Amino acid sequence: MAKFSESVKTLKAVFVSPEYDNDRRRTAHLIKAFLLGLFKFIVIIGISYVILGPIIGMISNSFFSDEDAYSALVYLIPQSPTLERYQASIKVLNYLTTLKNTFIYVLILMAIQVFMCSMVGYGFARYNFPLKKLWFGCVVIMIVIPVNTIMLPLYMTFRIFDPFNLVTLIKGEPMNLMATSIPMYMMTFFATGLRSGLYIYIFNQFFRGLPKEIEEAAFVDGAGSWYTYFFIMLVNALPSVVTVAIFSLVWQYNDTFYASLFHLSDTSAISIKISTLADNVANAYSITDPNILELYTYAGIILVILPVLLIYCVLQKQFIEGVERSGIVG
Amino acid sequence: MKKRRGLTLMQKRAITGYIFILPWLLGFFYFYVRSIVMSVQISLSTVTLPDDGSGYQVTFSGLKNYFYIFQEHGSYNQVLVSSLGDIVVDVPLIIFFSLLMAMILNTKFKGRTLVRAIFFLPVLMNSEAILDAMSSLRNLMQTGLSGSSSELLEASNSGVNVDYYMALFKTLALPDSILDYVVGAVGRISDIISLSGVQIVIFIAGLQSIPGSLYEVAKIEGATTYETFWKVTFPMVMPHIITNIVYTVVDSFTNAEIVTLARTTFNQGGTTGYGYSCAMSLVSTVIVCTILGIVCGWISKHTFYYN
Repeated sequence: MAKFSESVKTLKAVFVSPEYDNDRRRTAHLIKAFLLGLFKFIVIIGISYVILGPIIGMISNSFFSDEDAYSALVYLIPQSPTLERYQASIKVLNYLTTLKNTFIYVLILMAIQVFMCSMVGYGFARYNFPLKKLWFGCVVIMIVIPVNTIMLPLYMTFRIFDPFNLVTLIKGEPMNLMATSIPMYMMTFFATGLRSGLYIYIFNQFFRGLPKEIEEAAFVDGAGSWYTYFFIMLVNALPSVVTVAIFSLVWQYNDTFYASLFHLSDTSAISIKISTLADNVANAYSITDPNILELYTYAGIILVILPVLLIYCVLQKQFIEGVERSGIVG
Repeated sequence: MKKRRGLTLMQKRAITGYIFILPWLLGFFYFYVRSIVMSVQISLSTVTLPDDGSGYQVTFSGLKNYFYIFQEHGSYNQVLVSSLGDIVVDVPLIIFFSLLMAMILNTKFKGRTLVRAIFFLPVLMNSEAILDAMSSLRNLMQTGLSGSSSELLEASNSGVNVDYYMALFKTLALPDSILDYVVGAVGRISDIISLSGVQIVIFIAGLQSIPGSLYEVAKIEGATTYETFWKVTFPMVMPHIITNIVYTVVDSFTNAEIVTLARTTFNQGGTTGYGYSCAMSLVSTVIVCTILGIVCGWISKHTFYYN
């Protein structure tokens, strides 16, 4: 009995005494950090797999030749890889020209979106004016309302474009703006373009989250409201600018709704081209087998998402820490 | 001293504010309010389109379309309820998941750029153009046998034996409803991941904009990581939680069956199709707006803004 209590005492001495305290803590800390890192690693790998699984299948399938597609022995790694799918897709998509046109169109719209939506969002975030709540409710309604509710009226608005009879007054008849990109530019300019409501909302939330001290300092130093907005607040909201820019780019690039509503020609919208790729390949190469057509579509999809993915990788470096944090001096 | 006439500072600021939102206000009235009014008008009428494509004519027919969609239409009520149910189930899951992922992705580790690029992929793959391409392919497929695509589908829905885990968790004596919810969520993990790409990006940007000084203070005051999360991170990302709820609701709503139903009715056209379609969309939009208004109103009361 006495022996036992003695050994307990020694154990206590080893584990509780101050000399061992630091070691113990460090070990516990290391184990905790390791477990946390392991957890993070597993979660990231697992979810990346769920996301990448189908895409890896797509990529490997796009290199399959006809025999591979029907061989039961082939899984993921093609036996006789071929670039034929890509060659055909590039030809049918008219890849480089379409891509160039699409990017000009999309980048201009992106710039307008970022500029106009941040302006409106800033107005909502920092100024008090009568009916503000009502207007902001309207922004939310604009986000919520499905665009196809207003599809027919929107089509008519631009098919017979005649605001306040002004066009009829000048030209004698209303303009037909179909099959041009003017409607989209116009709607985007008035911050009512593709998902503009959401961008206004994002900017509003960001500007509200920024400390007011920055603006006060600018005001005291004699900056006007436009100068403050453009050179101080927008710079401080860089993470949100990048966010909106990326979203605007991706969604505009992939938009088929407005593009087909306004009858955008398919040489200037890669989104329309890709959605009809399977049919076009079927016609051009007289392929009737849907399993083979599937491989062409995969190649096309990869060709279409690749440029946007690259741009995202470049832009997301802008999410650097410290850009925002440096703006705050307490 | 000459008495200074003119506006007070408040009035000046109000005017500046209006100038800031003016472009949107104009656009909203011309493109949206006008169109919504026209939609309401269409929903209350029978529409005929002349062949020359020059316009459309409406004949007022009262609330006939609304009565039709609620009382006579085969599936509208059912689809409406199930769509709303899906939204209610999905939103908390997506918000929770994307906040967790954003916090993991916001820490420093090797290969962060790559992982962020991977997490962005669902945004790309779920976009209209890609979905259109896949669906037009599926239309072609229906005539032939679809070998590889079904294999792919099986590969992505890995064959987890759900029943086994159900039995395992049943022994914990959790309420069945909670269990069903959790198991359902795990079963749809792939859907949830693919729906939360945008939310993750918004949360990452939100986490980035939290001043580092707050964390320094928390650390100096001896707060644990857990406390730091609830006292610093969570209140600071609260505004973005609202943004993400709005976005998630809208996103799942615009992809919901109810909108598809309205669209197919629209494409059927005819003398009644446009009216029915507009009525359907308007009813569901009003319901979703109401839900959003209540939820966001409630949350923003508990939201802390930096100022």
